[in-house]
Amino acid sequence: MSHELEHLSAEVAAGKMTRREFMARAAALGVTAAIASSMLATEAKATPVAGGTFKMGIQGGESTNSQDPATWASDVPLAGGFLWGEPLVELVADGSLKGLVAESWEGSDDATVWRFKIRSGVTFSNGAAVTADDVLKTMERHSNEESKSGALGIVQGIESMRTDGDVFEVTLGVGNADLPYLMADYHLIIQPGGGFDDPAAAIGTGPYTLETDEPGVRMTFARKADYWGGDQTQVAHYDAVEIIVLNDATARTAALQSGQVDAINRVEPKIAKLLDRAPTVNVLSTQGRGHYVFIMHVDTAPFDENELRLALKHALNREEMVEKILQGYGSVGNDMPINAAYPLFDDTIPQREFNLEKAAEHYKKSGHDGSPIILRTADGAFPGAVDAAALFQQSCQAAGIPLEIKREPNDGYWSEVWNVQPFCCSYWGGRPVQDQMYSTAYLSTADWNDTRWKRPEFDEMLLEARAEIDEAKRKEIYSKMGRMMNEEGGVMVPMFNDFVDAVSAKVQGWEANPNGPQMYWKTGKYTWKA
Amino acid sequence: MHPILKLVAERLALGVLLLFAASALIFGLTEILPGDAAQAILGQSATPESLANLREEMGLNRPALTRYFEWLGGIVTGDMGVALTNKLPIGEQIARRMSSTLFLAFWAAIISVPLAILLGLIAVRYQNRWPDKLISGITLASISLPEFMIAYILVFFFAVKLFWAPSFASISPGMPLLEQLHAISLPVAVLTMVVLAHMMRMTRAAILNVMQSAYIETAELKGLTTFKVIYRHAFPNAIAPIVNVVMINLAYLVVGVVVVEVVFAYPGMGQYLVDAVVKRDVPVVLACGVIFAAVYIILNIVADVVSILANPRLRHPK
Repeated sequence: MSHELEHLSAEVAAGKMTRREFMARAAALGVTAAIASSMLATEAKATPVAGGTFKMGIQGGESTNSQDPATWASDVPLAGGFLWGEPLVELVADGSLKGLVAESWEGSDDATVWRFKIRSGVTFSNGAAVTADDVLKTMERHSNEESKSGALGIVQGIESMRTDGDVFEVTLGVGNADLPYLMADYHLIIQPGGGFDDPAAAIGTGPYTLETDEPGVRMTFARKADYWGGDQTQVAHYDAVEIIVLNDATARTAALQSGQVDAINRVEPKIAKLLDRAPTVNVLSTQGRGHYVFIMHVDTAPFDENELRLALKHALNREEMVEKILQGYGSVGNDMPINAAYPLFDDTIPQREFNLEKAAEHYKKSGHDGSPIILRTADGAFPGAVDAAALFQQSCQAAGIPLEIKREPNDGYWSEVWNVQPFCCSYWGGRPVQDQMYSTAYLSTADWNDTRWKRPEFDEMLLEARAEIDEAKRKEIYSKMGRMMNEEGGVMVPMFNDFVDAVSAKVQGWEANPNGPQMYWKTGKYTWKA
Repeated sequence: MHPILKLVAERLALGVLLLFAASALIFGLTEILPGDAAQAILGQSATPESLANLREEMGLNRPALTRYFEWLGGIVTGDMGVALTNKLPIGEQIARRMSSTLFLAFWAAIISVPLAILLGLIAVRYQNRWPDKLISGITLASISLPEFMIAYILVFFFAVKLFWAPSFASISPGMPLLEQLHAISLPVAVLTMVVLAHMMRMTRAAILNVMQSAYIETAELKGLTTFKVIYRHAFPNAIAPIVNVVMINLAYLVVGVVVVEVVFAYPGMGQYLVDAVVKRDVPVVLACGVIFAAVYIILNIVADVVSILANPRLRHPK
């Protein structure tokens, strides 16, 4: 028994298992909680070591990248942005929020007015102290009429904003109990004067300052001596952090294996198990909210017929996809954009099973004329999208559904195919809360309503849940919405993909964060090298 | 005026015309590509409102001809403008990336060109015997493998297994030359292997062609050693075709190495161009395109001039 426990404890130390999982597994081995936690204390509770340079080899950087947070869409700018800048609040590993620039916050009873108290003693890297006015200006830059920010969709519901001493106040047209979560968005990094003068100056309140910036090549950062969050033994332990753009998957793994970098993102699922065998490397997978989808426009024939949608949903072999496309690094989806990684998820919603008989039955009922149903796909739609489409075609064939695949070029896929063609492959990165996911893509008025899902009763439920402060009631409404999506929605969700990262065995302090890869880009802030 | 200077002047004038034609062609092609910079930047997170704002800011709403001539007006005065996507001055970016590209190309050329010619000479000397077959076999094998494959194989052995060389080539200003050379050792090796065969085979073929001539027979009858016959009598007469192939490969080393750049994360021109095309950053695409065209034109002029200088009949026309 103790051997097993030692092994588990080592897993925690290596960051492969969380404390909670450890306690649960220990309990399963018949160990009392007190003994289990003392086991942990000796092994896993290592003291952070200050110093050293942390090098990350990251996929998702281009020579066209800018330091202006409004333009961020790929991983490298985001990874760098969370080193030099901070939003009001941050999303932590257990799915809750922690104050950064905002010390505390409170909402009115109907969740329409939110007050954020700005932390005192927080300074930008140019030495100026952060004021509520900087926060106000930042929000204005992302939400005003000239905004071209990626956060425009998030801040649209704001009716008015003002400052009141050290308080930043937001008034919403419709109550939103999740507003603080929206403030954690990476676009909304607080900049001096809102970044109106020089949006790409990279001046922020984060623990590191940007030293060199070569877009699409690398960024280097140095630890701030006077970071408000504490000294190097407490947080942001490294002297320096370096981000190297390594867009080629093999180049990333080689760089980690040869010790040139300490951490990489996007380990290809097919080599992850092999890489994990290397003694100097730990592969870490994080269950996230991102998912791959086949999307149907519910207002376009033949997908306007729900029986046909059900036929296709039943013909989808989700287990096989997780096994073959994700190599097990993921979980099956249930034809709604929500999974257990979301707060207020109802796990009693029945999982749709792969059932060819039902698929054939629904197909017959749909009265479809038997002409080819065209699914558009591209390598860039999601990793393995072309293979996934081929697997789907085969299972459809077995159910007598005439599915045809049309392969599109990667280039221009997001402007010419996605949200244009009635049936195509795509992906969603997931959002911190259910409301945001549904509002982004399933509200009648949403710009990215890529399934043309326009149901007044669904919109009503969404708005009702948004303003509801009682969590039990909210959960009930979300459950109803989930069931409705599952039964009638235009989105087919074969799988939720894990984030698969790898770090050098020297890196300590890893804690998986469901919001994104690399502890949601906080590896530079919370890990250290032993 | 000396006929060669006259030729160079003519070629340069023609080259400038060609550059204008190339820039117009590239601009036309970028217009045909689906989508624009605003859509490419916002990608999946575009809303009609943010798209319109971004287009307005980038000036994409103006007619294509206006945008092209504005760019042309800038470039003839030496101003390449700023990138649409990140607002950084294109000239500065290109200067840095071009110097990286030329650095890599220079060292690859310094090694591969003499090596290719030497191997070609040896292959001729031992024609159809084992050294010839060995050289041809190895160089043809390395040219037949895709360059990323060679790169991965070298990385696996020399970076991951032996730790002799870094797996990616990160060079930064202020790095000592020896460290820089160490950093680019693997990409230089890959590029050398990729261009070697073409130049070596051409050297071999060109010299063998000359070896049929009567004066070679004379030289042999004089009692010269085979090697001396090759490098004193055959090689100078085979220079023209060899120089042409060398120039084509040098041009390739400058403009065609994007795959090697990606595998080794080397910050050269190729990667810059590809990123710009993906993001529809037209001013950057145009600037890169014109520079690449200029490289080809200049190297071709050099090849012609060298061919003329190497041939007494062309050097002293009647």
